[in-house]
Parts: sequence; structure tokens; C-alpha cells
Amino acid sequence: MEYVIEMLNIRKEFGNFVANDNITLQLEKGEIHALLGENGAGKSTLMNVLFGLYQPEGGEIRVRGKKVDITDPNVANELGIGMVHQHFMLVENFSVTENIILGSEPTKIGVTNKKDAAKKVADLSKKYGLNVDPYAIIEDISVGMQQRVEILKTLYRGAEILIFDEPTASLTPQEITELVQIMKRLIAEGKSIILITHKLKEIMDVSDRVTVIRKGQGIGTVITAETNPNELAALMVGRQVTFKTEKGPAHPTEETLTVKDLVVEDYRGIAKVKNLNLSVRKGEIVGIAGIDGNGQSELIEAITGLRKVKSGHILIHGKDVTGMKPRKVTESGVGHIPQDRHKHGLVLDFPIGHNIALQTYYMAPISKSGIMDYNKITEKAQQIIKDFDVRTQGPHEPARALSGGNQQKAIIGREVDRNPDLLIAALPTRGLDVGAIEFIHSRLIEQRDNGKAVLLISFELDEVMNVSDRIAVIHDGEIVDVVIPEETTEQELGLLMAGHAEKAKKGGEHRVE
Amino acid sequence: MSNRATNLLVPIVSVVLGLIVGAIIMLVSGYNPIEGYAALWNGIFGDLYTIGETLRQITPYLLAGLAVAFAFRSGLFNIGVEGQLIVGWFAAAYVGVAVELPKIIHLPLAILAAAVAGALWGFVPGLLKAKFRVHEVIVTIMMNYIALHVTNALIRTVSEGGDRTERIFASASLRSEFLENLTEFSRLHFGLLLALIMVGVMWFILEKTTLGFELKAVGFNQHASEYAGMSVNKNIILAMVISGAFAGLAGAMEALGTFEYVSSKGGFTGIGFDGIAVALLGMNTPLGVIFGATLFGSLKYGALNMPNAAGIPIEIVEIVIAVIIFFVASGYIIRLLLLRAAGKKKEAK
Repeated sequence: MEYVIEMLNIRKEFGNFVANDNITLQLEKGEIHALLGENGAGKSTLMNVLFGLYQPEGGEIRVRGKKVDITDPNVANELGIGMVHQHFMLVENFSVTENIILGSEPTKIGVTNKKDAAKKVADLSKKYGLNVDPYAIIEDISVGMQQRVEILKTLYRGAEILIFDEPTASLTPQEITELVQIMKRLIAEGKSIILITHKLKEIMDVSDRVTVIRKGQGIGTVITAETNPNELAALMVGRQVTFKTEKGPAHPTEETLTVKDLVVEDYRGIAKVKNLNLSVRKGEIVGIAGIDGNGQSELIEAITGLRKVKSGHILIHGKDVTGMKPRKVTESGVGHIPQDRHKHGLVLDFPIGHNIALQTYYMAPISKSGIMDYNKITEKAQQIIKDFDVRTQGPHEPARALSGGNQQKAIIGREVDRNPDLLIAALPTRGLDVGAIEFIHSRLIEQRDNGKAVLLISFELDEVMNVSDRIAVIHDGEIVDVVIPEETTEQELGLLMAGHAEKAKKGGEHRVE
Repeated sequence: MSNRATNLLVPIVSVVLGLIVGAIIMLVSGYNPIEGYAALWNGIFGDLYTIGETLRQITPYLLAGLAVAFAFRSGLFNIGVEGQLIVGWFAAAYVGVAVELPKIIHLPLAILAAAVAGALWGFVPGLLKAKFRVHEVIVTIMMNYIALHVTNALIRTVSEGGDRTERIFASASLRSEFLENLTEFSRLHFGLLLALIMVGVMWFILEKTTLGFELKAVGFNQHASEYAGMSVNKNIILAMVISGAFAGLAGAMEALGTFEYVSSKGGFTGIGFDGIAVALLGMNTPLGVIFGATLFGSLKYGALNMPNAAGIPIEIVEIVIAVIIFFVASGYIIRLLLLRAAGKKKEAK
């Protein structure tokens, strides 16, 4: 069998830390090869070695059988290796074509020749069924479309081997289906694909073979058709993993959070939350399902006092907290796991111990008449680090140095430890691996079982379906429907999220009009 | 190479490189670098008098450095230290000449006046930043000009048309016969002690108080601070006020120690601006500010001896001093070069 890329026994060190140890990955021509591993397992490092951003300390790379030295990304491009990044590298107010030619603009006597380029983009788009308008402006098109622009960018530069880095992270279920079709089309046209992911379902759906790495070590390569999600998860984590989140029935009692006719505007004065009504009761988890940008962030920020409320009311235990300062809301019994843990959740340059004390630093026993007792912070941090299994060298390690999963565990520890009556968890498992996700879900359910109210916001349908007791679907700033997970399908939720409430009703309930 | 060895080697290599380049500049301009550096050395450590004067020169740099560093730690760039220093200088001198009181009241009152004046000058940009998101760099620069010309006008009024005030009453002076005798009658005064106490105060605020915890949090990440229920606006204003107070104290050093009066100025003193470099050299830590201020104060004062003792024109001297400081500040580049050199050696083996 012909290999287009062979990475043999790759070793990459950073100081004393071995990020990649003896990893081998062989990509056959015309296959979709998944690279599976937990966060921090070394997937990105390995791909950065292939892309020329890092130089390996050991091992060799062969492209089409020939040993190569990839000293920088330009070399990788010349060898026909293209990367579709997780965070798109697009200029928002440029057109599709302008973005694609950026960096290698075709010129005629010094003037950019956009017309020819646009034609080439249109041809490529047609050939691979991408359906992209070369003249559309990036900020006007959907996230899924933007991703296709990224794909086109690599194809335009003549890529034969495409690396997809967590491509489905921000896509809707429908967009994911379309992406899978695009990937299959690419393969049919003779391209080869490396798919970096930690989502087992995707791997089972599209890949031909899977290479698993764990803690920097190459675990091995398996043929997808001969394996199953359980085996893959066990290979990745190194132990058996339960998938279906274990939980008993909910026993909701009185309302903890009540949102009444809430209107929230963004900084431009455009309503992002429109007359929204929502309630969360003691002892239940309410999941908010929706596509990114439909008012979820604004809703949470309004509840937690981080954003001004235009009109409407927010009640906690019947007490009006509308317009209160964040600390007052927190002290009313609200815990908040923020959507963006780097922006809101952590002071990355602070030690992790300080971060664990971020909500309690001003109270006794840590602060007494304005003087801090840092020993108390250390004690508290050690307790939470232990209780929540935060893997760190200790309370004094900078938060920045922890992996995403451990940062998140520290935040959850901080919020849950205060025992809030309402726990708001916004994208609590974003970017985390199965082990950490399992842990976090069980903590959320534990809170529920202790009689607390939990509001979960997620873009992942699996998560919403598995963890919630009720699902409120948000679209364009409104709750369009509230459904019970056992009585709905991903298909129906997907349609509701996309704003097709009518179609969803028809499809979901098989109603004939 | 171990981390510790690199940490030690970097400043040494930086200073040596700075001296070499400085020497080359003197050579190509036709002056003897050995004579030049001998004059610099003698200008700093030559005798007890120069040592005393060097220490006196370090004193305002310490406080100006603290002012900049404190604001930096709270995420603010206070370029207004110069203006805050000027108003502090005037306020202290004014209190020094306007009334005569027992020393135990007069001196603290004059010092306090400087701190309050500086704090007020810091409060304005702090308030504008907090309430209207006006960038503090713009406001502080403008406040510098306002300080310069307002104090000049006030000095003219106070001195009834003159360009300097009377000498302050002895009861407001920081001067000390003991220190003067110790250093062959240099102008070394008790302000140095006050400045070192302030280094301790900054450390205490940042490392021991709840306010310090908040200020640092706001400095690193305003979003997370807001999420954690801190008042970002209150902290911005407080940081600028405290920073301004440090700067005002730097002015008090000049008013109550070095000069014992205030005269109208044709331009800025430069101490406030050098304070930015002092703070950055010291990586915005209290101890680092001592290092930065010592380097700045010594070089600035020692350099004054170079035209006299070695006949090097002041322009060349200033370039040489700037080059040395430049190399010290480029410690990061030196570190990189050292590491690369070490890496090459390892590969060669």
C-alpha cells in the first residue's frame, strides 16, 4: 500500500517534557485517517511537527516515500499539505476570494487580479460540491460556510493532504452531515485526510483508520470497521469509559430561577434576547440547546449581572435580582461556570490557588479587615484540587500551565464548592476529552440530586440530550420550544435550533397536515 | 546551562555589552573610553560625597519607578508620573514656605500635601478611564502639560512675579546634618529612607492586602475580575490615585530634600519619564524598582563627571549612558542569544 505521509517514531520534547514519544502515523492515499487522543495527549504537537511549526527531536517524516525535512509551513504547503484550522484564520470583512488568495495574490503588473482568482475559486467549489460564492463577504456567511472557505484555501494552494483540526466543534448537526459529505467527496477526488478529533461518533462515521495517542505515546492504529466506540475510548483514556451518563429520574420541586419577558441588547442596541421566558426548578437540569450566537451568552450574562437588562425580570427564589451587580447575584446563591474560561473564568497569570479563591477571596477566613491570609487560600485550593481531581503541581502553579480540562475542573470546583442553589454551566465541556466530560457531567447531576437547580448551556446536542431533564431550544433570542429529551430526536432539535419550528413539529411528531 | 546561571549571566553580559558599545562610540568620536569610564566610576563611587549625591539622585527615581510599576501591575500605563511629580513638588514646597509649624507636624504635612496633589493628578485620568473609557495614556500626557504650566503660573503668583519660591522653613526639610556629615556635605537627605519605606508599602499593598489581590486581578484580566464581582472601575481609579501619590512623593523629595524650593521650569524634569524605564527594568516588582532606580540614578549622576574629568561632551555622554541602559533593557534578547549559543554547543557535542 502506498503511503502519502509517514511519520515514523516521532519524538518532540519541550525542555524536560516529552510531548510526543515514539509516535508513528501512516496515511494511505485516499483515506480518512483519524488522530484520536485526549486534550494534551500531543495531537496538536504532532500535527505542528508535520506542518513545520516544530522540529522533531527524533524520528523521520516521509512524503510519498521520500524522506523530507519540513522546516517551516511553506515547505509543508509545497509538499501539498494543507491545514483546516479549528479557529478560522479569515479576515472578516474581506470577500471569500480575497481571503483565499491572501498571501499569494495573483498580480498583473502589480495589480491584484481578483477576477481570475474568483473564477478558479468557483471552479474548485463546483468540483468538490462546496457551494461557496466567491464574492460573499466572510462576516455575512455562516460558520459552516466559513469552514468551507478554509477548505478551499488549502485546495487553491494545491493541497493533496488535508489536516482537519477539530472541524465539527462549532457546527450544527446539519452542517456536520454536510461536512462529512464534503470529506467523502474530497477522498473520491484523490485527496487524503487526517482528522484530528476526540469525538468518537465522528470517527466511527467517516474514518477508515484511527491512530490513537495517549499522554504523548503512540498507542497504535486500528481499522475503524473492526473497532467500536467503547474500545476506542478505552484506548484513548487507558481505562473503561461509560458513555451514557448515569442518572436517575429528576424530582423537581419549587422554582429557583424565573426569567420573565427578558430583553437584552448588545452594545449596538440590537436585541439579542427577545421577551425570553424560562424557569429552572430545584432538583432539575434544564439544558439550553441552540446554535452559537442566538442569545445564549447574553442571557447568561444578564442573569449573572454582567450585562444590562433592557426590560423584563430575573428572579431567584422569587427575589428580584434584575440589574444587580455580579457579586450580589453570586451572593444570592448563583454559581457560574462561564462560557469562556480564559476570558471570564480564570486569571491565567494568577496561580491556580488564587483562581480557586476568586469568588471567596474577600470573605473570612481568607480576608480579614482587608488583609489576605494566603495560607488559607492554599488550604482551600488543596482541598478543591483533591476533591475535584485537578491535575496540577500544586496551588502555586500558574493557571495558564494547566490543561483545559484541569482548568475547567478547578472552575467547577470553585463554583460547586460554594454550594450554590442555582448552578449555571455554560459550555462546561467545550474542548474537553471524554474522561473530563464524564467527570463534569456526573458533577452536574450530583448537584441536581442534592436538590440544586442547574442551567446547562451547550452547543453539543449529545450533551444536552444526555444530561438535561428538560431542553429549552433557543433561536434568535427566544425559547422556541421546551422538550423532554426522551421524547425528541436530534433531528427535531436541529430543526428547532435552525428556526424551523413548523418543520420540526411535522418531522418530530409525524403530523400530517 | 542551568536556569540560575542564565539569570545571573544575563545582566552581567548585558552591562558588559553596553559598556563595549559605549566605548566604541567614544572611540569613533575621538575620546578615550578608558578615561571616560574612569570618570563615570569616580562620578558614582569616587568619594563619600559622590556616593551621597548618587544616593540622593536615586531617591526620586525610586518613587517615580514605584508609581509607574504600581499602575502597570493594575494594568494601567501611567505616563503622567512626570506631571504628578511636578504638582507634588509644588505642593510640598508651598506648604514648606507658607506656614511655620513644629517639625513633627510641618514635615509630615508637607509630605502629605505632595502625595495628595499627585494622587489628585492621578485621580483625573483614573476617573476618565473608569467612567468614559478614555485611554489613560492620552489623559496623563495632557495632564503633564497642565501640571507644568499651572505650577509655573502658581510659582509666579506665590513669588510675586519671581521664578522661584522662598526656601522652605527648616521645619519642613528632609535634610539631615547627620547624613550630610557622613557624606562630606552631600545633599543626601532622609527622603531615601522614606522612598525605601514606600517600596515596602507597595509590596505590602500588592502582596498582603485584599485590595492588592483585586488590583492584580484587574491588571491581568478585567473580564474575569468583573465576573468575580470586583468593581473594575473602583480599582482603576484607586490604582491611579495610589500611583499618583507615589509620584507626588517623588516631587516631595526634590521640594523638601534636594532643592528646598520650587522654581518655574522651561520643560519637564525627565524623572517621571525615566520612571517608566526604571519600572520596566525592574519588571514592575518593588525589589526590581530598587535595582532599576539604582542603575538609573548612578549612571545619571556619575555621567555628570564625564565632561569635566574626561573632556567628553555631554551629548556623547548621554548617548553612552542611553546605550548602556538600552542593553540592560534588552536582557530578553541577550537571554535568547545565550540560550541559542548554549544550544549550538550542545548540538556540536
